[in-house]
Amino acid sequence: MARIKLDGLKKTYPGNVQAVKGIDLDVADGEFVVLVGPSGCGKSTLLRMVAGLETISEGTLHIGERVVNTLEPAERDIAMVFQNYALYPHMTVYNNLAYGLKNRGFKADEIERRVGEAAGMLEIEAFLTRKPRQLSGGQRQRVAMGRALVREPAAFLFDEPLSNLDAKLRVQMRVEIKQLQRRLKTTSLYVTHDQLEAMTLGDRLVVLNDGLIEQVGTPMEIYSRPASTFVATFIGSPAMNLMPRAYLEARDDGHSFSGVLDDLPPGTDIVGMRPDDMLLHAPDEPHLVVEATLELFEAAGAESHLYVRMEGSDQPTVIRTSGQPPVDEGDVLRFHVPRTALHPFNEASGKRMQ
Amino acid sequence: MQTKRMTFPGRWLPYALLGPQVIVTLIFFIWPAGQALYQSLLREDAFGLSSNFVGLANFTRLFSDGSYLNSLSVTAVFAIGTTLLSMSAALLLAVTVNRMLRSRNAYTTLLVWPYAIAPAIAGVLWWFIFNPAIGIVPYALEMVGYRWNHRTSGGDAMLLVVIAAAWKQIAYNFLFFLAGLQSIPQSLIEAAAIDGASPTKRFWTIVFPLLTPTTFFLMVVNIVYAMFDTFGVIHATTQGGPAQATNTLVYKVYADGFVGLNLGASAAQSVILMVIVVVLTFVQFRFIERRVNY
Ligand SMILES: Nc1ncnc2c1ncn2[C@@H]1O[C@H](COP(=O)(O)OP(=O)(O)OP(=O)(O)O)[C@@H](O)[C@H]1O
Ligand SMILES: [Mg+2]
Repeated sequence: MARIKLDGLKKTYPGNVQAVKGIDLDVADGEFVVLVGPSGCGKSTLLRMVAGLETISEGTLHIGERVVNTLEPAERDIAMVFQNYALYPHMTVYNNLAYGLKNRGFKADEIERRVGEAAGMLEIEAFLTRKPRQLSGGQRQRVAMGRALVREPAAFLFDEPLSNLDAKLRVQMRVEIKQLQRRLKTTSLYVTHDQLEAMTLGDRLVVLNDGLIEQVGTPMEIYSRPASTFVATFIGSPAMNLMPRAYLEARDDGHSFSGVLDDLPPGTDIVGMRPDDMLLHAPDEPHLVVEATLELFEAAGAESHLYVRMEGSDQPTVIRTSGQPPVDEGDVLRFHVPRTALHPFNEASGKRMQ
Repeated sequence: MQTKRMTFPGRWLPYALLGPQVIVTLIFFIWPAGQALYQSLLREDAFGLSSNFVGLANFTRLFSDGSYLNSLSVTAVFAIGTTLLSMSAALLLAVTVNRMLRSRNAYTTLLVWPYAIAPAIAGVLWWFIFNPAIGIVPYALEMVGYRWNHRTSGGDAMLLVVIAAAWKQIAYNFLFFLAGLQSIPQSLIEAAAIDGASPTKRFWTIVFPLLTPTTFFLMVVNIVYAMFDTFGVIHATTQGGPAQATNTLVYKVYADGFVGLNLGASAAQSVILMVIVVVLTFVQFRFIERRVNY
């Protein structure tokens, strides 16, 4: 149990590659924080700096009350789950779990008790005498989790632990990780590039871009009020549609409530609309109306995706509706976007305008 | 999976292509081996004018001959010493080079050069370095109070041939160990570091066990090398002396057969060596397959 505090953390690799450019983050005791961002944005580097596997070029790192900048990984009281699991291939599952305890000089009966307990929690008792290569991917994943939790560390660090699993297993393990963390209340830092995983797992999300934090907040805060166009398009699937304000104004043929666009904060020149907020039926509240030609209709069971293109725009736009509306490809459709669902951005800075 | 197979017309082409290899094997391997087997059952008279069939007498004589039994134990010491020295030195170098990032290739290239040197030349090199009169090592040892003389001391002589033989083999072992080390995922080492293992402990509990297949393979290769491929080294340095202290089985075959002209005894020794090679090769193929899967 510990708080993790990052102050101005930077990482410069040899050759002047700046992977992490100054990160401030305070992870509360027992909190589950997810670091999410596109490939190469420095997520792994940041996590490995917390683990002690990469040196810290600048800044200070606290775990608990201690500054751990120069401590060895073993002295930081953390456990890490690797993307490829990194199980010791020549040891049985039991020994994989026991290795860290043995190194720390635990007594044999204590080791046995803890391994037994962890194995029970993860339902891997049946495999304790097997070697990792005799396990399926999902079982290996559990062993890797088990190895992290037998030590009862102050914090768990996860580096894309589910990315080697198939889609179904990924959802199942995601739920299990969440439940385990709820139960153990161990501070956790979790790296992923999958925005759905990030949304569902984290108490808080940290969206990273090119070595810097774009936004920190609860999943819903980030979803409903993205701080920049980068976050707006990265979180949420299908991605948020971004339309130039000038285009919307030019298309204002009297149908739309012109007041709606005038209401937007000063400096707004990009308007973002989530696919789910573009309605086929007019709501009662003030809203914007846009016309578009349906190019492709995609039925996905409970919901449908409409790929539309507005006249005079080269930007394809996705709209999500529930059920299957009676529309045909080639139809010109009218969409209604409530005022409250418009996201105002500034084009030059990429920042949100309110 | 279907593999496409190229077929050539004509019956003779395959034989013609295999021919050279078969002829070489027959002339330089099968025929001499057959000769040795045949000779080992004969005894020649003192002048080499006639020979008669003596059955297994050459073999029974060998095993009651003190100098042969001595040679057996000399070979054992020599093979084990050479294998241990060359493998541990190579492993140490490989671990060190594996830690380097930028200069790794340069070191690897340099460390492989000794392998290209002919055994006899390596032997002469060591002969000079350890020469009691003009060599640099005896000179240095003199200063710390040790009088080195491999011409009179059996121990010194053994040490000399072990070092000379091992030195040449280090390059080969080094390459295999380096490849083995590089195939161990870095994340395993990192996991062990987080699990609280010191660098030494990581090496002995993670790295070394994962190198077992490589180590085992090299062990067999090195023993075979020490037993059969070190004639040049011994001939150039100690010639089996002093007092038979470095007279290994291979060297003794030569000494008895070509110097002592006792062809029957020499042939019997060759046959025994052949049996040892067959056994070692068998062990290698049987066990390597099993040990590869940890
Ligand atoms: N050892 C290294 N030396 C030099 N540059 C590195 C090193 N490791 C990573 N980088 C660079 O640092 C940046 C961040 O890498 P990092 O591995 O943290 O990305 P990531 O966000 O984890 O990406 P992914 O989602 O693909 O795993 C990348 O541009 C990468 O090229
Ligand atoms: Mg990564």
